[in-house]
Amino acid sequence: MTFSKPMATRLLGIPAALLILLLAGCSSAPKVSEGEIPPQRTLESVTAGDPADKTYAIDQYDPIEGFNRGVYRFNAWFDDAIFLPIVGAYDFLLPDLAKTGVSNFMRNVREIKTFLNSVLQLKGQAAADTLGRFVINTTVGVLGVWDPATRMGITRHREDFGQTLGHYGLGPGPYLVLPILGPSSLRDGLGTAVDAYAFNEIDPLYFDKSDNAWEYSYRSINAIDTRYNIGFRYYETGSPFEYELMRLLYLKARELEVAR
Amino acid sequence: MTRLFSILVSLLAASPVFAAPAAYDFPFKDPLVATVLGTPKELVAEIDYDIPRKDREIVIFPERKLPSIVALPTYRYAITAQDDAAPLIFVIAGTGSSHRGAKMNMLEAAFYGAGFHVVSLSSPTYANFILTASSTQIPGRTSDDAGDLYRVMEAIWAEHRDRLEVTDFHVTGYSLGGAHAAFVARLDEQRRIFGFKKVLMINPPVNLYNSVGILDRMLDDNIPGPAAPTFDAFLDRVMRRFAEVYATSDEIDFNDEFLYRIYQADMEEGRRVRPEDLETLIGTSFRLSSANMITAADFAAQRGFIIPKNHRFRITESTTPYFKVAARTSFVEYFEEMYLPYFMETVPGTSRDALIAQSSLQSIEEYLRNADKIGLMHNADDIILADGEIDYLRQLFGSRARIYPDGGHCGNISHRDNVAFMLDFFQD
Repeated sequence: MTFSKPMATRLLGIPAALLILLLAGCSSAPKVSEGEIPPQRTLESVTAGDPADKTYAIDQYDPIEGFNRGVYRFNAWFDDAIFLPIVGAYDFLLPDLAKTGVSNFMRNVREIKTFLNSVLQLKGQAAADTLGRFVINTTVGVLGVWDPATRMGITRHREDFGQTLGHYGLGPGPYLVLPILGPSSLRDGLGTAVDAYAFNEIDPLYFDKSDNAWEYSYRSINAIDTRYNIGFRYYETGSPFEYELMRLLYLKARELEVAR
Repeated sequence: MTRLFSILVSLLAASPVFAAPAAYDFPFKDPLVATVLGTPKELVAEIDYDIPRKDREIVIFPERKLPSIVALPTYRYAITAQDDAAPLIFVIAGTGSSHRGAKMNMLEAAFYGAGFHVVSLSSPTYANFILTASSTQIPGRTSDDAGDLYRVMEAIWAEHRDRLEVTDFHVTGYSLGGAHAAFVARLDEQRRIFGFKKVLMINPPVNLYNSVGILDRMLDDNIPGPAAPTFDAFLDRVMRRFAEVYATSDEIDFNDEFLYRIYQADMEEGRRVRPEDLETLIGTSFRLSSANMITAADFAAQRGFIIPKNHRFRITESTTPYFKVAARTSFVEYFEEMYLPYFMETVPGTSRDALIAQSSLQSIEEYLRNADKIGLMHNADDIILADGEIDYLRQLFGSRARIYPDGGHCGNISHRDNVAFMLDFFQD
């Protein structure tokens, strides 16, 4: 397969440039450029009247902000150049009913994760709901393609190992932007890894007993389905501060998910 | 006799002067609540949102080189086209808004459903517009902004004219976009590219400076002094709800729409909302839009207002210090300290009063009074209007104005009566 030059640049140039940027140094601290003139309004001038111990909601613990911002930018590029075109094709090719079936199936598989983490947090109701949903949807709902449990009024919960760690008092730690997966934290990133390990150990879809094609298809469609269900588009908030606003939203939302 | 009477009544009802909606059933009498909550589901017009909308990009200034930190270096818009020949409507978004917000989606779907081609344009005050399509890169002077919009419309039309059969052109916009629509129509009288047949202004400001002052004060009056504990408490409450709604929502837009949805959820759950919180909420949402706008404009035009001149941003560099400054900068401060000096320098003989007047409907009053093609849809209780401005509009537009008694600022835009009025306006 050959690419025209602009396409090749588009596909290869940006990640290469990013990699260089990341390796060259990830400091998020501003460096004074040549010929730079301080602005009329500076942070010092507008915050002069603030108490010394004032905290700002927009400030969150983000010691590797430079790295995170680089990954955020990479994710935006990946989304635009690769992920969204695939999701668009998926949306175009599959009828709505099939897409709903795929979403239901993936959600049903994820109930395993929610169940395990509900048990670990000793949340009886959530564990019972989730187990009930899983049994009903896997049988009556034909392997989870339909979702009769929701129609029967059984609440869907969402628990993961990051929430379990949070439940037992572990804070999020440093903010982390994961390649492709997006906003996370050290705690939640670790949680994601543990959940993935548990999934592989349980092997509910019999990947070990089948050829790789099944596993790869499942993982690809899972990724596409996940993105399909998220309306977010990079940089279309129109805010030059999208990175810090997303960071604040993510951390606050997780705080609430842990508290729930 | 009875028959004659009923014919008379129907004639009276059909004439625009007497057509004020007999029983307008918008439920929120408080304009702040109306602005925040919008129209309850059961009164919203029936609209099919399954439309063939396409996101597109276009280069407006080929010679303009944007720094690599700018993630979207092309102008973004959307087009929703009919298969056959049809009239085309340009729709212009409100202050700080993209072509993808909830109000834009509603208008697109409503007009498409009624048989129009629809082109959706972001506001000249939206960061992507400022960077890629604004000539001065200092938004706010309505005639300049209309010129930029006109250039964008021409470029988009040039791109699609071979494939698209268009019978007539129309233009509309809500909020600041409503004022832009009128200025664009006026410009077209000289340029004659489109020959707009109909123009509808939806909840426009009469005087931009008055309206931004009102919105600025909603924040400043309720939060006396930047360090006051009330703001932190409010922000804390808002962020908590923000995060909660975010956790269950699949759409994110960081200007008006998203903040509003939080209060929508509160009201629906029966929580009491304090009026000063509503003002602070509207003020915060406006401040966020204006902080985005000011930062983008200062970055692009290199005025050294909040961004250091000649500073080269790296992709990995934190922008949070600038956020803190921008969040404490009102629109009026932008006007006085960045906008005004720029136009005093570049347009000889310009005064402060002249600049304020130029961004008002009064400045094109004669045109508006006599242009039969232009209609107005507004609300008597719109919060962005100063005292007397709604009467001015009534007098200026006469029978071409449809003024609803309630709705606040655009709160009733998706009400079935309003949508029916908009579609009727363009269809006859």
